[in-house]
Amino acid sequence: MALLSVNDINVYYGSIHAIKGVSFEVNEGEVVTLIGANGAGKSTTLNTVSGLLRAKTGSVFFDDQDVGNVAPHNIVKMGMAHCPEGRRVFSQMTVEENLQMGGFTRSPSEIALNLEEVYAQFPRLKERRRQISGTLSGGEQQMLAMGRALMSNPKLLLLDEPSMGLAPILVAQIFEIIEQLHKAGKTILLVEQNAQMALSIATRGYVLETGKVVLSGNGNELLENDAVKKAYLGE
Amino acid sequence: MLTFLNHLINGISLGSVYAIIALGYTMVYGIAKMLNFAHGDVIMVGAYVCFFAVSSFGLPPVVGVLLAMLVCTVLGMTIERLAYKPLRQAPSLAVLITAIGVSYFLQNGAQLLWGSNQKMFPAFLSGEGLSLFKGQINVSSATIVTIIACIIIMLVLTFFTNKTKMGKAMRACSEDKGAAQLMGINVNTTISMTFAIGSALAAIAGVLLCSAYPILMPTTGSMPGIKAFTAAVFGGIGSIPGAMLGGILLGIIEIFAKAYISTQVSDAVVFAVLIIVLLVKPSGLLGKQIHEKV
Repeated sequence: MALLSVNDINVYYGSIHAIKGVSFEVNEGEVVTLIGANGAGKSTTLNTVSGLLRAKTGSVFFDDQDVGNVAPHNIVKMGMAHCPEGRRVFSQMTVEENLQMGGFTRSPSEIALNLEEVYAQFPRLKERRRQISGTLSGGEQQMLAMGRALMSNPKLLLLDEPSMGLAPILVAQIFEIIEQLHKAGKTILLVEQNAQMALSIATRGYVLETGKVVLSGNGNELLENDAVKKAYLGE
Repeated sequence: MLTFLNHLINGISLGSVYAIIALGYTMVYGIAKMLNFAHGDVIMVGAYVCFFAVSSFGLPPVVGVLLAMLVCTVLGMTIERLAYKPLRQAPSLAVLITAIGVSYFLQNGAQLLWGSNQKMFPAFLSGEGLSLFKGQINVSSATIVTIIACIIIMLVLTFFTNKTKMGKAMRACSEDKGAAQLMGINVNTTISMTFAIGSALAAIAGVLLCSAYPILMPTTGSMPGIKAFTAAVFGGIGSIPGAMLGGILLGIIEIFAKAYISTQVSDAVVFAVLIIVLLVKPSGLLGKQIHEKV
């Protein structure tokens, strides 16, 4: 069975029907991307997976368990880490304190071990470990947000728009890191507006449009798909 | 000069009590983003518990204080659970009015349980004071204990919020509850914990306050509560060092106003200073100014 399976979920904001029967799955070792325009429901889907929002109908299974009614902090404990849209680092805490918070559900020895790994992955964070994170640049904050999510050594990493607001060179760097994580065996669910980049590194992708999955397939297939090209790749 | 020094010491002592109360206000505001106007009345409950433990049951004062802390901790957590938690998603005005309601509930409850007549708080901090400048200045032991207690509380709290896992989680929650949840932090537990700490501090403040001004009645907590709230805003609400600084400054200003201007207008002076500070620096003395790079 897939590590994550989302089955026909419907999510509402008050009376607004935001997600209309979305289903998808993520298998172990895959990078799966959800792409789509603004307002297609990508972040809403991700927030439902991590428990911040609840589906009215449908189910979310993570690691063979129904997490539809599990509190978000307990889902983290089960091994899912969500790196939210807009980074949301704790801007008044230091870089290292932010990382420690990422390992909140883990034991002190695991935190120490994971901290070394994250610093090895992001040497820049190690240089700035004592700095107040609100003073980091946008790219550094994104690395911090990703490093913080990795601190729990998750089975599944959710990344919400990691390239948002970054300069092209930093975008390339962030995607390089995602590829490295993939090669290291991490399972990743990636939400992106930058469809080109996302599809080029993804195992599989799903295209969301106004709360529905309209297309799905391998990363390369979607990259070559005419409808996708026209709508999202500007060709 | 010596009288000045004397007033200053009294001011710091009164300010220490305000600071301890203000810490409760500011921590709860920082994390739950609400003004807990019932905080002052928790002080009163703490003082009553200590009063009965010592006067009626003859327990040693230390046990009385610990008992008061225990009762107030449970009380604070219960208030949060029953009155504020159901309003987590409600508009802040609803929470504010609820807090005022809880305040009246505690005052009237105290009146019902313990009567509205004044009680003389036992002077168990009346040991040998400190005599300075050949006896020209006498610092009472209550004053000394108050100032020392305040310093210890400040140190412990600073250590707690900066060095411990739970303390850091509290800071994380006060910045961004959603992101804190995604770290695996249980936000409800953290809020409950904050109320527990604030209320335990309120119990200590209640005992210290009544040791300096030994008249105890159901409304004892309301005025110091409002002053401490002022102190928290003065120092920058949400900031722990701000609450400490605001509390001590407010105490000094109040005592100086009493000594050099008039007893009657001292409260007016206190609030006037608050208004001026807020006009000049709306976020308070040490209020958080967030500069964020995007």
